[in-house]
Amino acid sequence: MGLDFSVVPGFFDVIMQGVFWTIAITVAAAVLSFFGGIFFAVIALYAPRVISWPMKGFEWLFMGTPLLLQLFLIYFGLIQIGIDLPAFVAGSLGLGLHFAVYNSELIQTSILAVDKGQMEAARTLGLSRGQSLRYIVIPQAVRDVIPPIGNNMIALLKDSALVSVIGVTELTLSAQLAIGRTYRPFEFYAVAAVCYYIINLGMEAVLRRLERRVQASR
Amino acid sequence: MTHHRPFVDIRHAQKCFGELEVLKDISLQVEQQQIVAIIGPSGSGKSTLLRAINDLDPLTSGEVWLDGVQVNKLLPHAQYEKHINQVRQQIGMVFQHFNLFPHLTVRENITLAPKLLKGVSDDEANALAEQQLEHVGLIDRIDYHPSQLSGGQKQRVAIARALAMKPKLMLFDEATSALDPELVEEVNQVMKMLAEEAMTMIIVTHEMGFAESVCDRVLFMDGGVVVEEGAPEVVFHNPTQDRTKNFLRKHLEGAK
Repeated sequence: MGLDFSVVPGFFDVIMQGVFWTIAITVAAAVLSFFGGIFFAVIALYAPRVISWPMKGFEWLFMGTPLLLQLFLIYFGLIQIGIDLPAFVAGSLGLGLHFAVYNSELIQTSILAVDKGQMEAARTLGLSRGQSLRYIVIPQAVRDVIPPIGNNMIALLKDSALVSVIGVTELTLSAQLAIGRTYRPFEFYAVAAVCYYIINLGMEAVLRRLERRVQASR
Repeated sequence: MTHHRPFVDIRHAQKCFGELEVLKDISLQVEQQQIVAIIGPSGSGKSTLLRAINDLDPLTSGEVWLDGVQVNKLLPHAQYEKHINQVRQQIGMVFQHFNLFPHLTVRENITLAPKLLKGVSDDEANALAEQQLEHVGLIDRIDYHPSQLSGGQKQRVAIARALAMKPKLMLFDEATSALDPELVEEVNQVMKMLAEEAMTMIIVTHEMGFAESVCDRVLFMDGGVVVEEGAPEVVFHNPTQDRTKNFLRKHLEGAK
């Protein structure tokens, strides 16, 4: 039995639906990981220990255990304590928090690298510490950290395939569904791979534009 | 009987960094519209004293008063933060390294604090920025980013940013020390203009010529104490203390 790509067009809808959900969950998780990353970074650096220490434990959990296990825990595990999340929500949450922890590490370093004079100048004008962070320090820290965060977001896109195991019909699961009907794994996995690659290119283009815009304001 | 109340009143300021005592029981009174220069070798405590006035470097003991309000009052943390943010709005400060916000334009550098803290509308804030930039001669740079400006221009924007909060008092912490020599004059000009407008100023500086021409009073600090204090012509030309004489001699040699 040779390769036969003629079966692919018949599953165009299925594949496109997969593409849509892959993009949707990637965007949702990326946004969560970005703002979550800032939030965790600020807590790690500025919150009292009663808050920052439990947060550290939470970080270790997310950095030291497999993402797959975290997804199972959020989707299947939380039901036992009465939290029944839809697969898409559980998937975005798992992916988003996982990458938020990595982004937080980057943002923390970057916040500490912002010149101390910036905070001093802001405080001198009468801004509170929170206002100084929000308007002066964090925008500069984030600006400097966009390229490495971009790399994390590419990784996030690829890892989004993992949410297929909790039943989100994203690209990988859609390919599997098509394979189940046609018994043509090579063709559909290849098509899925090409789709991931194209999404990836699109994402890189967006990130490059963002970087350029941010560079202009230096 | 009414007591005269100095505009800025520093009483028995003491500051320790661990074992090191950088300010040793310093008292200083500055009247409204007065311009005071603080000179002295590096490490003498002059910047620390200046930064104690808006509590950027809190004193170990002693009091700072501005216009009848104690700046470093003892309050629970949250209340103190509120109080100090209020006080700092009234004290402009200019730093050696400008500390402009690099991610914002010149306009945004100036309008941020008035908009955020005084509820000034966008239009009013823009008018304020234009007015202040006109003042320091940089209206044509209003939409530039700080990285596109020379050092002298940056410092003039920093002064405009401070003035936009309509401060009662301006603090200058070696405002021209980081500038190339040919850029010093433009900043000095702006400070002179403020002097003519009767702004109350406390200026930490290495520029004896400027201090002499602008200030009403000069303090010479060394080792955390005020060694000598008086009118510029006295301190610069007829100092009574050997330490002052030595410092000025060395400084003049260095300037040659």
